Amino acid sequence: MSIVGAAAQVGAPGWRDRLGKAVPIIVLAPSLVASFIYVFVFAGWTIYISLSNSSLLPTYDFVGFEHYEALWANRRWNIAYTNLFIFSVFYVIGAMAVGLLLAILIDQRIRAESFWRTIFLYPLAVSFIVTGTVWSWLYNPTAGIEFLVRNLGWSNFEFALTTDRKLAIYAIVLTGIWQSSGFAMALFLAGLRSVDQDIVKAAQIDGASTFRTYRKVILPTIAPIFLAVMVVLLQFAIKTFDLAVALTNSGPGISTTFPAIYVYDLMFQRGQIAEGAAAAVMILLALAAVLVPYALYVVWRRRKESGNG
Amino acid sequence: MADAVLEQTVDHEAAVAGRRRFWSRVLIYGLLAIFSLVYIVPLFVVVFNSFRDLPEISRNGLIAIPQSFRLDAWPQAWDTYCIGGACEGMKRYFFNSLMMTIPATIISTALGMINGYILSKWRFRGSEVLFTCMLLGVFMPGQISLLPWAFLLGKIGLNNSVYGLILVHVIQGLSFTTLFCRNYYVNIPDDLIKAARIDGAGFWRIFWKIVLPLSPPILIVTVIWQFTGIWNEYLFGVVLNSGAQQPITAALVALSTGGTNVRVFDVMSAAVLIGALPPLLVYFFGGKYFVRGLTQGAIK
Repeated sequence: MSIVGAAAQVGAPGWRDRLGKAVPIIVLAPSLVASFIYVFVFAGWTIYISLSNSSLLPTYDFVGFEHYEALWANRRWNIAYTNLFIFSVFYVIGAMAVGLLLAILIDQRIRAESFWRTIFLYPLAVSFIVTGTVWSWLYNPTAGIEFLVRNLGWSNFEFALTTDRKLAIYAIVLTGIWQSSGFAMALFLAGLRSVDQDIVKAAQIDGASTFRTYRKVILPTIAPIFLAVMVVLLQFAIKTFDLAVALTNSGPGISTTFPAIYVYDLMFQRGQIAEGAAAAVMILLALAAVLVPYALYVVWRRRKESGNG
Repeated sequence: MADAVLEQTVDHEAAVAGRRRFWSRVLIYGLLAIFSLVYIVPLFVVVFNSFRDLPEISRNGLIAIPQSFRLDAWPQAWDTYCIGGACEGMKRYFFNSLMMTIPATIISTALGMINGYILSKWRFRGSEVLFTCMLLGVFMPGQISLLPWAFLLGKIGLNNSVYGLILVHVIQGLSFTTLFCRNYYVNIPDDLIKAARIDGAGFWRIFWKIVLPLSPPILIVTVIWQFTGIWNEYLFGVVLNSGAQQPITAALVALSTGGTNVRVFDVMSAAVLIGALPPLLVYFFGGKYFVRGLTQGAIK
């Protein structure tokens, strides 16, 4: 760009001015074009493929919603979205509950606060692949937690979640909570710290217990944070892929398959790219169902706040 | 006399309050200790097991106080262990990830800074709308862009190459880096920029002389966010690349789910740590900024 700048200096001042105004747009253009292709062309193309009769390679013969019908009739897809539903509910509630508890504990003017925070947050720096791999060992009945507890004397203890079709999904839930509750904690803690301390003191002077102060005064004021944390966690849940692959690899059988895993299987293992694209579009719709109402709510709240202020 | 009674009751109340305070402290630290045990044990398990010998692991289980110490697992995991047919250990995949993550982080951060600078300080008609559209990229699920990326990279000859992954991560990262930087630069007073413009400074001069020197906090946040995100990414690494071109996350999955049923927990622990170490180091050294990026990324 400096060459353009130098050239502009030689030209008439009018040119220089106009070029100066254009510089930001010219510099921004490549990023904008790339992002537009990524967001709109890519998504549009995948949506179109989902409506075509592509199998191993993309073709552009329009067949309508055939592949969506096939997808929803598929037992595997059924298992996948049921799992996603179970996982989302327990994971979001679990991570929020643990995160809130940790945030409140840390908020009690404890010693070595950053030490505790560091411990609770480090799982977030590590990939889902690493977390999933390590936890798959911990769930291993002949080497992990079950083995340990039995050795300690409880010889009937059972914790072989990942080898049980019905329970394996809860192994992913527990591991997901382990990975993400620190994140919820960080967000809740930021919220707790932003609460006006005068209100808290007033409640304490009135004789309210710590528990009551939190329930009646502090937590209601950070209600928007609850919503934000929930939306972010739901978004993680809908995108769940790595963790389930590393932890159970869809097994036992296909009992812990997820929509995102099924997309991958359809597209790259079975060569049914149209149905895979249809499944990907369903993931996009699920995300939109969470994010669009939230975005509207945030805009509405901001308007209301600026209206009052 | 009355004073003495009063004093006594005050003493008594203070003692009760003190005792309550003591027990509530015990409860708080007790809970914190239990939770931190749950969080830290998995890390300790992997670290310890990478130094224990295999017979001892199978005898005492994975979660045990180490009774043996040897270093063999590390060179094996790094250099010679067989993953998906190739017996070269993790080193190749480690360097793949490094070769992918460092350029992608630098490029996406640099572009994000410039974009954020323009979208906050050189707004033009429609720039807010364009910014909102760019933001949509933050929420795009990877699955929706998998096929387009696969075909596009095939067309331009970057399929199964680390350069292809760099391109993917730069473009996917743009919306994050732009968002971070734009939201940070918005807080730089416009008067500062105006004054510089009156003094005759242009677009680049203002960027180098005013905006960049104010940028280190957001620069660190963005670099940490991008580095850990790209290093830890798995979906694109496994779909777009295969075999020797895969990043370390894909190699870890191949290692732990593939082939033999003999569980070499010592070597696998070392391999997992090799894969986890770079982002962990970034976290332990830049923790404050890591958390800041996290909360910013989520709330905004």
